[in-house]
Amino acid sequence: MNFLELFRVTLPETVLEVAALLVLVADLAFLRKATLKTRVAVAALLGVAGCGAALWALSLSAGAGYSYGGALVLAQGGTALVAQAGILVLTAITLLLLFNETFTKHIGEFVAVLLMAAAGGLIVAAAQDLLVIFVGLELLSLGLYILTAFAKTSGKSAEAALKYYLFGGMSAAFLLFGFSYLYGITGSTNLHQIMLALFGQVGVDARPMITAALVLIAAGLGFKVAAAPFHLWAPDTYEGAPAPAAAFIASVSKVASFALLIGIGAAAVHIFDGMLSPVGFVIEVPAGHALHYLGFNYSWSLILTSLATLSMVLGNLAALAQVSVRRLLAYSAIAHAGYILLGLAFFSHSSLSANAILYYVLTYGLTTIGAFGVVAVVERATGSDKMDAFAGLHERNPLLAAVLLVLFLSLAGIPPLVGFWAKFNLFAAVLGVAHSGLPLYLVALAIAMSAVSLYYYLQVLKRAYVLPAVDETPIKAHPTTTLVLVGIALAVVLAGCFPTLLQGWIECAYR
Amino acid sequence: MLSIGTPNSVSLLAWTIYISFAGALLQALLPKGKATLSRWLALIVAVAGLALAVQGFIAGIGQGRTVLVDLPWVPAMGIHYLLAADGISRVLVLLTGLAAVAGVLFSWNIELRTNEFFAFFLALIGGVYGVFLSYDLFLLFVFYEIAIVPKYFLIAIWGSTRREYGAMKLALYSFVGSAMVLIGLLAAYALSGSSSTGLVALAHANLPISAQMWLFPLVFVGFAILAGMWPFHTWAPTGHVAAPTAASMLLAGVVMKLGAYGCLRVAMGLFPHGMDPWGFSFVGVGSWRDLFAVLAIIGIIYGALVALVQTDFKFVIGYSSVSHMGFVLLGLMTLNQIGLTGAVLQMFSHGVIAGLLFAIVGRIVYERTHTRQLAELEHMNLSKRLPFAAWAFVIAGMASMGLPGFSGFVAELQILIGSWVNPWWTAASGIGIVIGVAYTWRALQRAFFSDQPANKQAHEHDNHPLAAITWPEVTGVALLTGVSLVVGLYPKILLDTIEPAVKAFLAGGVQ
Repeated sequence: MNFLELFRVTLPETVLEVAALLVLVADLAFLRKATLKTRVAVAALLGVAGCGAALWALSLSAGAGYSYGGALVLAQGGTALVAQAGILVLTAITLLLLFNETFTKHIGEFVAVLLMAAAGGLIVAAAQDLLVIFVGLELLSLGLYILTAFAKTSGKSAEAALKYYLFGGMSAAFLLFGFSYLYGITGSTNLHQIMLALFGQVGVDARPMITAALVLIAAGLGFKVAAAPFHLWAPDTYEGAPAPAAAFIASVSKVASFALLIGIGAAAVHIFDGMLSPVGFVIEVPAGHALHYLGFNYSWSLILTSLATLSMVLGNLAALAQVSVRRLLAYSAIAHAGYILLGLAFFSHSSLSANAILYYVLTYGLTTIGAFGVVAVVERATGSDKMDAFAGLHERNPLLAAVLLVLFLSLAGIPPLVGFWAKFNLFAAVLGVAHSGLPLYLVALAIAMSAVSLYYYLQVLKRAYVLPAVDETPIKAHPTTTLVLVGIALAVVLAGCFPTLLQGWIECAYR
Repeated sequence: MLSIGTPNSVSLLAWTIYISFAGALLQALLPKGKATLSRWLALIVAVAGLALAVQGFIAGIGQGRTVLVDLPWVPAMGIHYLLAADGISRVLVLLTGLAAVAGVLFSWNIELRTNEFFAFFLALIGGVYGVFLSYDLFLLFVFYEIAIVPKYFLIAIWGSTRREYGAMKLALYSFVGSAMVLIGLLAAYALSGSSSTGLVALAHANLPISAQMWLFPLVFVGFAILAGMWPFHTWAPTGHVAAPTAASMLLAGVVMKLGAYGCLRVAMGLFPHGMDPWGFSFVGVGSWRDLFAVLAIIGIIYGALVALVQTDFKFVIGYSSVSHMGFVLLGLMTLNQIGLTGAVLQMFSHGVIAGLLFAIVGRIVYERTHTRQLAELEHMNLSKRLPFAAWAFVIAGMASMGLPGFSGFVAELQILIGSWVNPWWTAASGIGIVIGVAYTWRALQRAFFSDQPANKQAHEHDNHPLAAITWPEVTGVALLTGVSLVVGLYPKILLDTIEPAVKAFLAGGVQ
């Protein structure tokens, strides 16, 4: 055990925790008398500075990660690096949208908890060991429960937090149960050693047990990414939580959890690296298409496939019936989780799939934060997040309406916005693994479902652009908020027109 | 292969896309209440686009396929920003330029949110130019989808009868069609070895015939939805009727051509073996080609018959578009030089004539009489009160019936000759022409030259003289009738450009 080495690897997390403490100190010790506005501004800016410092710390670390007893515990570079940088940037953007928020008087605590949860996200994104994964997930989740409950005067917020917490506790228990099975079968808590040991078990009696363990784990992680049928918390939480908390749950927590799933996939795919030819090794399934998960004996792939299918169909169809924009975003989040799980179910040996999934989840996170930013502004002005509250937005705040247009069209996957490119890239990666049979049908289903999604996104845009305003008073947004939202919209357009910018960076991180 | 010619004046054609999008952006940024400025700006942009299109057309005479721009876009996936123009593209770009100018002229009276109207209008035009000039399938798809969203808003905001329904129906039909195309695009890309999305590269990828057998109908139908192929045409009448005049002109004039162009360039160009015989035949239908030809003929006759019984003047034109586009699709399915040439010429001809008809019905007549019901119009004695409209409609109607001397005659004649590959096709579509004469004649007679006595209500109307014809209307009518006459009297002007391109296309694998 080398503490210095551990400190070097966890420097970004440490920086975030220090920033969280600084925010608390500043808010509680020096700003007791200041107005809420000042306190929000100071807390948010300190938080952003903390994210910036953590990003810098991240850029310093260039090593092989932290190993213990010859087994990798925390990874560095590659998926971990991209996801961690994404988490930090998205956290900073969430904080920048805090200005003018009045849902709580305890803004210092809010920002501090947010930063700590982000630190948990950083650990999850890098963890390669079951115990560390669990610790990271709990650090992240506990923070999210508190954030959800932060609007103390709102009954909805409390309800949302309780539901989220109960579901979360349950799914954590499932996850831990699954982990314990895995440990029991393989005698290790390290992902890579587990995969290797599991491959040794293929064809042996342990197969039903492995499947049971994987189902339990999928239930636990499916909850985190809001995949059907473990999605029931999402609509209520998205609806009740304070907007910044909801944005954080929808983006940062997603990035961390999907990074973890990529880590698992990569570990499963790469067990033979160094032992066999670099081409990899493919199990030929009777139907003739190749599934790349060796160690998992393709139950993992099947589990993920069913989660993906269910999420795509259920998320998109349920979203059609929503009148609350927050609930609509929740169901659309379920649908998007379905698309991404499809990419995970057919995971390529090359970095193609990992790249595509990261690209998708990062850009999706950014778009969702922006969407919640717009919802928050409208909600503050109208007191409602119902679709009808958006009526006549183009008159009440043309800029905000334009941002909403760009973000929602991107979520629907209309080119040249980034959402389209993310989908194209992801589906191309799936078809790159196998271009006939099941993957092809599922990609076709996913594309058909995203055609369905246009309907409900257009329902919101119709109100914003087509219907006349009931109340014509202009909606004012804080200048910073406007600036950040316009920045997000521009980023969505630019990243869509020049997809290589972000993609090049992700690919660089892999080298 | 692509001839990488030296940059010449044809490459200015690419600027049609850029100035349209720049114009759209400028319009969006224009302050409210500057309607006049907005109109003139739109007209300038549209005329500049037309000028570039004419210049490119003239410069391109005698040239084959010219590459306009070729930049790597996403090198890792072989996606290029590749614009090129052959004769077919140049003719359709010319049509787009004409439709844009005419559309602006006939929207001169739009007072509601003028700058937004022209922003969506020019964005749509830019997307259409882009589709006609793209030589990379991915890029073509991007432009194709860019054109969908503005259509929705143009109809939903500025439309009339059941505008929200019509707009949503159109948007969803288009999006479902493009989803089918996207599945085809992804599958073709994966099957071809994922090295390029260039149309030429994909056409030379020798996709397995079994794959082409399902890719061809998928992509063909995906595009043909937008071309109004029976039974997927139902968006067309409702969309056309709901749309504001300029949008109906664009829908019928160029957007339906996008579909037909996609059928030709993508479905037939990339998957020619999809049209091979199935090996069995069912009631005379032995291949996808036969099937689509039959659907096209059904569209011709069905559209014409339904047009014959409409009570709403605009529905007559809406269904006539379905009928005329049936000729285009039939021409495509002849797979011979004369039939394909006729199809392309019919795209141009119908674009001009349908635009003219919609302008007369939707703008010149409806804006003055505030009714489109033939039963009411026939009491209004319009031939006396609006002689300009009456004579313009006589000319447009003659052109639409396919009288010699107008562009429609040359086009439909060629398609009929081409369709002789199966004499039944010729006979059946000949019936369509006869019904076409009937419904045009009926609409003309009832709307303008009715000898019904003016009823009481109309008498009151009579006391209000109808507003005088304005200069934009005269200019627009003169432009479109002039073009139809010139092409009808001297078709060589277009045929010299279309024929070599069709020959090259047929030599490229489609037999």
